[in-house]
Amino acid sequence: MIRFVLRRLAVSIPLLLGISVISFLILNAVPGGPLSAYENSPGITPADLQRLEHTLGLDQPIQIRYLTWLEHFVTGDWGYSYATQQPVLGMIAERIPNTAYLMGTVFAVTLLIAIPVGMYTALRQYSAGDHLVTGISFAGLSMPTFWLGLLLIIVFGLNLRLLPLGGMSTPGADFDVVDRLRHLVLPVLTLSFVGIAHYSRYLRSSMLETLGQDFVRTARAKGMSERRVVLVHAFKNGALPLVTLAALDLPELFAGALVTEQIFGWPGMGRLFWDAATRADYPVLMGVLAVSASLIVFANIAADVLYAYVDPRIRLA
Amino acid sequence: MSLLLGGRSARVVERFLAHRVATAGLLVLGLIAVTVVILPLLIPFDPNRTNLDQIFLAPSPQHPFGTDSLGRDLGLRMAHGGRISLAVGILTVAIAASLGTVVGAVAGFYGGLLDTILMRFVDMMLSFPRLFLLILASVLLRDSPIPSFLVIVVLLGSLSWMSVARIVRSSVLSLKERQFVEAARSIGATGFNLLWSHLLPNSLAPVIVAATLGVGSAIIAESTLSFLGLGIQPPTASWGNLLKDAQSDMQIAPWTAIFPGLAIFLTVVSVNFVGDALRDALDPRHSH
Repeated sequence: MIRFVLRRLAVSIPLLLGISVISFLILNAVPGGPLSAYENSPGITPADLQRLEHTLGLDQPIQIRYLTWLEHFVTGDWGYSYATQQPVLGMIAERIPNTAYLMGTVFAVTLLIAIPVGMYTALRQYSAGDHLVTGISFAGLSMPTFWLGLLLIIVFGLNLRLLPLGGMSTPGADFDVVDRLRHLVLPVLTLSFVGIAHYSRYLRSSMLETLGQDFVRTARAKGMSERRVVLVHAFKNGALPLVTLAALDLPELFAGALVTEQIFGWPGMGRLFWDAATRADYPVLMGVLAVSASLIVFANIAADVLYAYVDPRIRLA
Repeated sequence: MSLLLGGRSARVVERFLAHRVATAGLLVLGLIAVTVVILPLLIPFDPNRTNLDQIFLAPSPQHPFGTDSLGRDLGLRMAHGGRISLAVGILTVAIAASLGTVVGAVAGFYGGLLDTILMRFVDMMLSFPRLFLLILASVLLRDSPIPSFLVIVVLLGSLSWMSVARIVRSSVLSLKERQFVEAARSIGATGFNLLWSHLLPNSLAPVIVAATLGVGSAIIAESTLSFLGLGIQPPTASWGNLLKDAQSDMQIAPWTAIFPGLAIFLTVVSVNFVGDALRDALDPRHSH
């Protein structure tokens, strides 16, 4: 097991290096270079630009710049934002808890709803409830996340005036749990809907498959209670692939979080990336890309390990 | 119908039509496609012309979908925008499916080091948060003289081929060992010929399914990018950038947020039903 983890980690290093090279190349492919945003600003002379270019090391050839970036990145020096002059590492560290708070809640809500719904639809296949859930799931998988967010804002924020339109808490107010929760409802609903649709569908088909297998028939034949058959045999085996699914879904979740943070003014990593992209703030962009790609790669390794742990049939070599 | 099509395809059509929801989806898709193609030809008004004494009119017989902040008819803009959104969906998938098929076929057929390199590249592309990359690339290309439509199609296409590559590779890998391929080899079929006339045609079914479902996700991706202001650039309408304006206008004119999203939703849900039914119809072993 330890050897497997070590080998996967070793493979992930070239993978991450490849990702960083591509990101770096894309960022530097912009005509005029990273400073093109400043070219038309008043008060900046060509001489200033040249000096700035030299200070930032942008007059070096690209491979040298990449290696310099990499060296600094590995040693924890992620550079300074072009826009705010703050250290990138600090800016990202400040945003991560907000995104983790949102995505953690989304993940918990998704599983809490998707698992019972998936089990119900598998056990009552082709019932009215199953058809209803299938319909809702198809709807969830077919609408853009941001549109669902807009609809929720129109209904619950603008028409019914039940919930706040955005932000993490009421500005200026003291810390208040109820206020925090009220701000959480709409973004979490927006983001969980697709996940619930996806996971419950998946659990349904994987449980249906398990329910048809011989060991389930054996369990029934030896007189095991239906409850035990379903919970211990069918569910435990049917839910295994969800582990992998959750890890594979992470990039989608990041994307959803970016859009949701944008609509609801949520001060997270997605929002940081978005602001940095519109300002051509390269050090921040590189930082966020590196962090999210690493998270995705490590989540995949963690999923493989976890999968092997919960499913002894899988041998890690 | 079955008489015209001969045995195998007739069975596929029959199985597809047995899915009533998917048949309805196909009809809805046809209706949407015909509307967005024909309507702009019948109503020769410029969809981008502003009319400042008609702003934010609620839906009415004159303007069934209302008007926007510049007094433009939303229905007409949705028809024009639909052309763009549907074209983006179809062209993106065309690029992604061809790229994916080539990569997957080469990797599966030749195997060895080439396979390893290509598949690690696929892993790498899948580890990118796709939307982040799309945002980056479209920010960089925003001021370039290339039309935004072309930028979006090429970007989306070149970032969506990976799943097709995996499907084709695994299909080619398993077909390679089958007896009919051995038979073809024994009568002298080699290399490209073997791949082209024996392996690829038999890998087509799952690619068709993936491509169909891909149209839906490409339309959603385009709308997301345009919603963020990075996709199709105004005044040209797309279903996504119509929703971008809606974010600021929905307080006064909620219809600007509802109708374009409904168009996306109806299209994508139909595409998904059709894709799902195609999967059942093309592969009888796989059923729900």
